[in-house]
Amino acid sequence: MGSIVRTPHPREKRVIFKNIDRPGWTNDIDCYFNNGGYEDLKKALQMKPEEIVNEVKISGLRGRGGAGFGCGLKWSFIKPGGTKPTYLICNADESEPGTFKDRYIIHQDPHQLIEGMIISCFAVNARLAYIYIRGEFPEGAKILERALAEAKAYGFLGKNILASGFDLKIYVHRGAGAYICGEETGLIESLEGKRPYPRIKPPYFPAVLGLYMSPTIVNNVETLCNVKHIVRIGGTEYAKTGKPNNTGTRILCVSGDVQKPGYYEFEVGSITMGELINDICGGLKPGRKLKAVIPGGSSAKVLRAGERYKLKTKQADGTVVENEIGLEDIPMDFDSLTAVGSMAGSGGVIVMDDSRDMVWVLNNINEFYAHESCGQCTPCREGALWMKKMTDRMMLGGGLEKDTDTLKSVADNIAGRTICAFGEACSWPTQSFVEKFRDEFTVTAAKSGTGSPSTDPQQ
Amino acid sequence: MEIPSELETQINEVIAHYPVSKRSATLPLLHLLQEYFGYISEETIVWVAEKLGLGPINVLEVVTFYPMFHQEPVGKTHIRVCRTLSCAMAGGYDLLKTFCKHAQIGNEEGRHGHILKSMDGKYSIEFVECLASCGSGPVCMINDDFYEVVTQEKVPQLLEKYR
Repeated sequence: MGSIVRTPHPREKRVIFKNIDRPGWTNDIDCYFNNGGYEDLKKALQMKPEEIVNEVKISGLRGRGGAGFGCGLKWSFIKPGGTKPTYLICNADESEPGTFKDRYIIHQDPHQLIEGMIISCFAVNARLAYIYIRGEFPEGAKILERALAEAKAYGFLGKNILASGFDLKIYVHRGAGAYICGEETGLIESLEGKRPYPRIKPPYFPAVLGLYMSPTIVNNVETLCNVKHIVRIGGTEYAKTGKPNNTGTRILCVSGDVQKPGYYEFEVGSITMGELINDICGGLKPGRKLKAVIPGGSSAKVLRAGERYKLKTKQADGTVVENEIGLEDIPMDFDSLTAVGSMAGSGGVIVMDDSRDMVWVLNNINEFYAHESCGQCTPCREGALWMKKMTDRMMLGGGLEKDTDTLKSVADNIAGRTICAFGEACSWPTQSFVEKFRDEFTVTAAKSGTGSPSTDPQQ
Repeated sequence: MEIPSELETQINEVIAHYPVSKRSATLPLLHLLQEYFGYISEETIVWVAEKLGLGPINVLEVVTFYPMFHQEPVGKTHIRVCRTLSCAMAGGYDLLKTFCKHAQIGNEEGRHGHILKSMDGKYSIEFVECLASCGSGPVCMINDDFYEVVTQEKVPQLLEKYR
């Protein structure tokens, strides 16, 4: 860890990442105690579980994994007094390309996550919980196991936690390299020891029929960490940070063609895309111009430099004002990125300058989704591979002129026709790249016949 | 197939993490056994199935789905290079080629699910998808160790560490 260590930018507001790269900070429980560790858990155990759920609702916290669903609302789907036990799963599968935040929380501040998890389990009355960590984080899994043992030794886990009468066990469960395990129902299948084929909703909403067909809450690492801070300052106070419906802070992970890639935590919506790229990340490489940005992990629709968007903003008096803005003016929050036709997703911002060939970029993305489709639904299994074969042959100079249109047509026929959101995730890149950089695709496809005939090296 | 008693104790402890369904222990058991034997053999699959009260097919279908499980031995030193966008933009494809050159792995292109090996069996390499460190690409894993900003010049030195 640490090649991108730098002191936080003055515009950052570090809450979740407060201890990341902090001089003198270590990931053991003693260091955590010296900095007020587990005090929020003590406070939470004095509250009623439904009070905590309510505070989280008031806070407006939205899930940080990708979908941005209201955390308090998700929790309130668990009906008290049910006959089946409730489970909580921390989704630490961090695998959306462009995203690298949970990695640092797990490695450097595991107790923040564990404290957030214990509080969350208490709130939804889960007595057994799992941290589903991606297989490629073997060191992270060991760190979490050690941290859980430390927490248990201090009585924060196990029977009758701090004499509250609440019992809880948390175990670490390692994945084995499959992106689809980040999808919550696929994750649940995987935790049950099966292939991670996502389940269809309805009826398999995790809050009703989740792990072992029991009510289950699946939350992202960053989301669970936020819960601890909400308990500390209260939902009302938390909701004052960020913007209405886009509350709190968010970690943005910037990669690609900027001078200072890395992770940065801001109040949601407090900076624009242009400020993020130019002021925070030091701008593009010398002599380069901005070409495109993927704002929320590789499945988010690409934004092209020079595009104009109509953005509606609600004024204090309730009236709605419409402004025309450019890419650099987009506020980095959930609602604005949705309004410009993309999404905030998982917070992974991938920047591309004018040296990048958009067919090459899409081909790289298509190869990812072709490899990661679980194969359960025909449109996705066949379509993701088909799109990859087309961009691949375009790159090899063996494309067909009609490929640009065929690409779009294949993508259009995947989205909305699959069990899980992977269908959208794999078609949005193709739909947006082909629409926004059509000329590049047409030119590349027109080179048809100039290179070697199309071959598919994977077959 | 000989399972040392220490490993079996560890396996039994792991199974206890899943009081509702032993089947949940499939992935953890496969991880432990792959770590010990280096790969997942047919015998291992049958052993896991018996241990968890499953049919061998239930275990086989898991082994064949997840990219991290190998049904053949990999090299003593196994290298995983990230292939995904941000790393590719930072030179991930060239990194794989450079590793191949210095580890005498031949000059083939890396593909997923296609593990390339050196003639002496010391090294093996594969492309993997996003390792979640996109801001410090290109990145790779050598066995369980993670490395970031792996410029091509660092390759010989890195390989030396794992000789």
